[in-house]
Amino acid sequence: MSGIPHDHYEPKSNGEKWLHRRLPIVSLMYDTLMIPTPKNLNWMWIWGIVLVFCLVMQIITGVVLVMHYTPHVDMAFASVEHIMRNVNGGWALRYIHQNGASLFFIAVYMHIFRGLYYGSYKAPREITWIIGMLIYLLMMATAFMGYVLPWGQMSFWGATVITGLFGAIPFVGDAIQTWLLGGPAVDNATLNRFLSLHYLLPFVILGLVIVHVWAFHTTGNNNPTGVEVRRTSRKEADADTLPFWPYFVIKDLFALAVILIGFFAVVGFMPNFLGHPDNYIEANPMITPAHIVPEWYFLPFYAVLRAFDGDVWVVIAASFLTGGIVNAAFFGVIAMFGAIVVLALVPWLDTSSVRSGRYRPMFKWFFWIFILNFFLLMWVGARPAEGIYPYIALVGSAYWFAYFLLILPILGVIEKPLPQPETIEEDFNAHYGPEAQGGTSAPVSNPAE
Amino acid sequence: MFRNLALSTLTALALSTGGAIAAGGAGHVTDYDFSFEGPFGTYDQNQLQRGLQIYTEVCAACHGLQFVPIRTLGDENGPGLPEEQVRAYAEFFEIYDPAIEDWRPATPNDHFPGSNLETAPDLSLMAKARAGFHGPAGLALNPLFRGIGGAEYIASLLVYYTGEEVEQAGTILYENETFEGGLISMAPPLWDGAVEFNDGSPNDVVSMSQDVAAFLMWTAEPKMMERKQMGFVSVILLTILSVLLYLTNKRIWAPVKHRTRSDTPAE
Repeated sequence: MSGIPHDHYEPKSNGEKWLHRRLPIVSLMYDTLMIPTPKNLNWMWIWGIVLVFCLVMQIITGVVLVMHYTPHVDMAFASVEHIMRNVNGGWALRYIHQNGASLFFIAVYMHIFRGLYYGSYKAPREITWIIGMLIYLLMMATAFMGYVLPWGQMSFWGATVITGLFGAIPFVGDAIQTWLLGGPAVDNATLNRFLSLHYLLPFVILGLVIVHVWAFHTTGNNNPTGVEVRRTSRKEADADTLPFWPYFVIKDLFALAVILIGFFAVVGFMPNFLGHPDNYIEANPMITPAHIVPEWYFLPFYAVLRAFDGDVWVVIAASFLTGGIVNAAFFGVIAMFGAIVVLALVPWLDTSSVRSGRYRPMFKWFFWIFILNFFLLMWVGARPAEGIYPYIALVGSAYWFAYFLLILPILGVIEKPLPQPETIEEDFNAHYGPEAQGGTSAPVSNPAE
Repeated sequence: MFRNLALSTLTALALSTGGAIAAGGAGHVTDYDFSFEGPFGTYDQNQLQRGLQIYTEVCAACHGLQFVPIRTLGDENGPGLPEEQVRAYAEFFEIYDPAIEDWRPATPNDHFPGSNLETAPDLSLMAKARAGFHGPAGLALNPLFRGIGGAEYIASLLVYYTGEEVEQAGTILYENETFEGGLISMAPPLWDGAVEFNDGSPNDVVSMSQDVAAFLMWTAEPKMMERKQMGFVSVILLTILSVLLYLTNKRIWAPVKHRTRSDTPAE
């Protein structure tokens, strides 16, 4: 795989040869585990392992939780309390699963931001990026439906608001919403199908993860310099890379262990901090909570959704031009999904030939503003939609779209990149070799560690 | 620079949690000291028993605890009542049994009854369904450092009646500084000396409010002490694992990171 010259598995014993001729599974595992990996990867390359861990953790805890859960509007809430009180270790499983979703999203955002900064989405890794975006979308769908299952007030009203987004689609919206809910409103049919899909989608994600890994094992990893591994000779490849095992496996596991310290501290000492108190009130279709707030990982997009109300000129213009078909509600929905679409299209929106942001002096600024803006949107997404907050949301949303649709295309044309190292070896030695080639092109930023 | 990103993510997480943002009132909440606060906090068994007594003699007249099995009153990490007391306590309640289509005294395996009054909410999870501390400005720093404050909210709600009554549409509402909107339909349930404790513990409104709030924190989170114990065990074990992995990682990479010194001949 990956076209980088490296050792391949050779069956030695007769037993190994026998198996290898029939099913080269050991070879596949060996090549996957020993894949040449750029040796200058920094600590932002650890999130992939964290994500795989999260997926497995959520599947295992989820499979056990569902053994004790009852998907019925009259019993779901009580069955979660049954898990919390009567099932052996049920409280631990449930809190791990609940907070595991947050860890999953922290990791996926870090993973995505790393890709954005180091240009991991650029050719030839567009497919890896697109598969990743599909995984991210499925994660959001899975998390949303999982949040409905405890059948608390936020579960119910969150489901009502989010499925209502589909109802905003002109002409067919109502029909789609009814079809999704299995009835005119969020009810037992909705709860049942959400459980079914919440159980199904993680396995679809698992399949896509395998394709995601396959894709970047074909192209080889990106790295902090964005410079490709030399593939012309075995010697040069060896100078640029190290096998994934043990070098990166141990490094990633170390990082994972440190992250899990924080995770289990949250589970053990403040498991409800990231949740919403209203979800400890059983769902009641007759009482609407004062503020319906999604989980933190949806807030930036929720802010985009709410930013475009009927007072914004683009909305007015769109409504006028389409004869009212694109109203404020539908515009908000388009904007929210559009915010994810532009993110998915970034491989074709970024015109710069330089991959790594490390060598892009102007890009850096816009990137960090983008990150700050993400947190700004997250914050404003949880504030009530009144006073100054809608304006902040609007500015933040505008920057989100401008970043992908204006800044990245233009920067690639006008920016003068800094000199990049010739090879990964050069970058690595600049940091770790005593005879580092200082001066010429060695970057001064802080990659690994 | 990505270390900053990691930090800012954690901060922003802290900042943007939904927990602190809506829910509960905007009213006054006093930050009472509870024994179960913080990573080392535990339930005070005597306080839980006093709270149970207050609940039984006062709250249970209207409210219920439908998710709480009566047997858990014997939990070591809860009120810790002896088995025969739990059984005697259970018989105190009459519950409807669909199997015999009749009412019968409850047994420890039954749950507490639900609310007697339709307008009185069930209290099983009340301490987790209310937030005492918010903000500032949606940043969730108060809940981060002081806790979400469900128990503080309940205690404050019971204490901060002003004594004013307002009649609205034929119903008497009571002014309360903690309750959202300021008017609550529950009459002040506690007064000084409302409950007599066997051990002579203080029975003023402020003390009793805290006792019953602590009891309701236990009904909402009966496994809190096990949970914190798990937290400590996992944090300690993972710390050891991290140190071992750190040393392993350092050892593995050492030859690679200094290869230029030993392997490369002078250039």
